[in-house]
Amino acid sequence: MKSAVIVFPGSNCDRDLAVAFRAVTGQETTMVWHGETELPEGLDIIGVPGGFSYGDYLRAGAMSARSPVMRAVAAAAAKGVAVLGVCNGFQVLTEAGLLPGALMRNAGLNFVCRDVDLTVGTSQTMFTSLYAQGEAVRFPVAHHDGNFTADEATLDRLEGEGRVAFRYAGDVNGSARSIAGIVNDAGNVLGMMPHPERMIEAAHGRTDGRRMFEGLLNAFA
Amino acid sequence: MNTRVIVTLKSGVLDPQGKAVHHALDGLGFAGVNDVRVGKIIELDLAEGTSDADIDAMCRKLLANTVIENYRIERA
Repeated sequence: MKSAVIVFPGSNCDRDLAVAFRAVTGQETTMVWHGETELPEGLDIIGVPGGFSYGDYLRAGAMSARSPVMRAVAAAAAKGVAVLGVCNGFQVLTEAGLLPGALMRNAGLNFVCRDVDLTVGTSQTMFTSLYAQGEAVRFPVAHHDGNFTADEATLDRLEGEGRVAFRYAGDVNGSARSIAGIVNDAGNVLGMMPHPERMIEAAHGRTDGRRMFEGLLNAFA
Repeated sequence: MNTRVIVTLKSGVLDPQGKAVHHALDGLGFAGVNDVRVGKIIELDLAEGTSDADIDAMCRKLLANTVIENYRIERA
């Protein structure tokens, strides 16, 4: 599985994502600076990492979504390359129009930094194939702007088409219908606020996130 | 040429910051505040002849997220 991780000024989970890709695939990942206009050839998956790119100026993810490399990411996604956006990466993907909706300031206004309980919304994606639908998992969150918002018709469509990948088991940030992660209509782009890449080794306390990466490895093996 | 872009949350979109400001105003003893919404003003210093269409495109492509925000352009 050939992977790359995008690095924006202010990304801070780019290494976490690279370590996860490396741990599961045994292969090196390529770090790609946001100013690049081309991605490495033959990629299977692109990671858009967490962090506070561009200091969250204007809106979280707004500036990064317009950076040169995102045009290449959008083109790759359109060809079916998998894209995994975590936390700030999810914000970037919605701002770039690769996923619907928007992520607003947490309803409680607090920065939320803790492990949260989630349920798997569907096992019918390449990201969640090794989970059971309805399964309880726990991933860390660390965000200020994770309050997922979309109009009712979009929310209905996401639910009706089985595109809600993860939901919060309790209220974390005020997200509409407790949505924590969604996929695009083709199913090859996942955005989620919780961090699966921070739950892959026993030393992390739990390994709930590891199956996401193993599932991707199966998909591209 | 100065132009202001006023970005506000769409009605119906919950504004946690506005709610917090509202709460703080209540705490200061200001009665009669029915609601507070927080937005932003972006000031643009534009070359003469910049078209309305260009400014509108700037708003749609970057300055506002039209999923959750409305924008209004005020040209000086």
